[in-house]
Amino acid sequence: MEKFSSHTGVGAPLRRSNVDTDQIIPAVWLKKVTRDGFEEGLFSAWRSDPSFVLNQDAYKNATVLVAGPDFGTGSSREHAVWALQNYGFKVVISPRFGDIFRGNSGKAGLLAAQVDDKVVQRLWDYLDANPGATITIDLESRTVKAGDGVDAIEDSFTIDDYTRWRLLEGLDDVGITLSHEDDIVTYEKSRPSFKPATL
Amino acid sequence: MGKTLAEKIWDEHVVRSHEGEPDLLYIDLHLIHEVTSPQAFDGLRIAGRTVRRPDLTLATEDHNIPTTDLDKPIADLVSRTQVETLRRNCEEFGVRLHPMGDIDQGIVHVVGPQLGLTQPGMTIVCGDSHTSTHGAFGSIAFGIGTSEVEHVLATQSLSQAKPKMMAVEVVGELPVGSTAKDLILSLITQETTGGGQGYIVEYRGEAIRKLSMEARMTICNMSIEWGAKAGLIAPDQTTYDYLEGRPNAPQGADWDAAVAYWDSLVTDDDAEFDKVITIDASTITPFVTWGTNPGQGVPLSGNVPDPASFEDDNERIAAENALRYMGLEAGTPMRDIKVDTVFIGSCTNGRIEDLRVAAKLIEGHKVAADTRILVVPGSVRVRLQAEQEGLDVIFKDAGAEWRGAGCSMCLGMNPDQLTPGERSASTSNRNFEGRQGKGGRTHLVSPDVAVATGILGHLAGPADLAELEKAGA
Repeated sequence: MEKFSSHTGVGAPLRRSNVDTDQIIPAVWLKKVTRDGFEEGLFSAWRSDPSFVLNQDAYKNATVLVAGPDFGTGSSREHAVWALQNYGFKVVISPRFGDIFRGNSGKAGLLAAQVDDKVVQRLWDYLDANPGATITIDLESRTVKAGDGVDAIEDSFTIDDYTRWRLLEGLDDVGITLSHEDDIVTYEKSRPSFKPATL
Repeated sequence: MGKTLAEKIWDEHVVRSHEGEPDLLYIDLHLIHEVTSPQAFDGLRIAGRTVRRPDLTLATEDHNIPTTDLDKPIADLVSRTQVETLRRNCEEFGVRLHPMGDIDQGIVHVVGPQLGLTQPGMTIVCGDSHTSTHGAFGSIAFGIGTSEVEHVLATQSLSQAKPKMMAVEVVGELPVGSTAKDLILSLITQETTGGGQGYIVEYRGEAIRKLSMEARMTICNMSIEWGAKAGLIAPDQTTYDYLEGRPNAPQGADWDAAVAYWDSLVTDDDAEFDKVITIDASTITPFVTWGTNPGQGVPLSGNVPDPASFEDDNERIAAENALRYMGLEAGTPMRDIKVDTVFIGSCTNGRIEDLRVAAKLIEGHKVAADTRILVVPGSVRVRLQAEQEGLDVIFKDAGAEWRGAGCSMCLGMNPDQLTPGERSASTSNRNFEGRQGKGGRTHLVSPDVAVATGILGHLAGPADLAELEKAGA
């Protein structure tokens, strides 16, 4: 996993709340058995609409998605994170994330930055007024910045300490756990015999 | 201070705890299926890792498989590839698999309980958000992503931050004609799709104690639809009666030891929840959704709401979008909404008790003209049990379609899909845009409402059927 310290990229305003993972990547796309190629299915129901934000030239190379509250609710499909990453997104900003989606994001290296409602509103207004403008997300200082001068937006975002550390270090989950294999072995010795087994 | 039920189970499964890090939890049972596992096995292969505990892992084929023409190869190439990939992976890594054609095949959340693998006090995970179903037995069960599937395969453990604790106290008794599905749909609308976020929810109280295991599973199944990490119900005699004698349930001295342990799985009197919600079950009536998320619902006796009635901007816009997608006008009585397809099945309502209720209601009636009813059992064993009881004949006599077992139209990954604009009343769990097929319009309902709707051709409840019978007599 790549280390993440800070990122500056084109912001795309997704003026919708409750964007569930079925909208991010419909179930029909879950049939693939590889980890790449999901970008084509990203927001697929909306992509046929020419006015959809990602169909506009200014946002073609967007890497920072600014969405309404409850982004990534619903199905546990991690494909939603892969689809966003395959498309090129590095960061999603929202006032509130679905729990499973937020967990999946941290593990795959997509930064889910939780900000205040008002910050999303200001970012939306800023991006609409300045299509193609960039947003900077600094994971070290947990800040999001956009614009210059008196109207500049600078605020903090929330991310739990552990996920932040892992993203900063670019650490793989399984490797971290296997470094504590002794603890797992010890635990297994204490499991009662009535616990079920499949084999 | 005492502990909640969920805290007890959690604490008993901590392998490693370290300040500032999530707990490393041991996983007692890992369920897998063809959709969220291929990339996880791929990950193991790339890293040269093995499945640590194949004996605590179980695979079944459910999401993609057709419910008709079961003797032929899967027509959809991509579906077939996923199913074949699962078979290869299970073979290579030594995982027990119940494939199509096997008597224990079915929806993963129906199969676990029916085998007796789902037991109180366990930690259970699966790459599927409706894993919360298994909480009905008094276990901590939740959905995980594919990276986590890989992690559990490799280490039989999972790093998790401890969620907050919530109690949903259900006082009173459900009136006749109201079901567990109506209760959970009402709760989700009351609390919205985000209301449970960050919590493990314990459903408690008189009404819950009186529910069967099937009904408890329906409740816990939909915990994720209001955002909860997991939902669970303390085990009791109803739980033990369901489990005893099942193939993977403990036997002999192990059974006694297990029951002694299970008896300890209650929230202590002096335990404190971070949040408590109280619902009066006696106020629950048949409940249906009008929108495109499970929190957009009204009583069947109500009307399609006016988006302007929502104070919150986001909710108002969501309601406007939903009405446009659903092709509905504000103020329309829910009972006036005509339905094309009725789907009875899924991990929410595809168990034997659901089919018994549906068959009892449908007996002696005919499916309305221009409406179809699909009945899809949750597992092969549910199908066989139903056939043994003659339920299939009752459904077929009424004009309903009797299918093979699987997830089917709940999520439209197999050929059972709605066409654009087609409207369904569905006993499943999600009414998201396109969930049951591109452009399809879903109303979530109980099995009772599903049957009445299929017979009358518009959204209706058991009381409407009784009216019809009275008029007929």
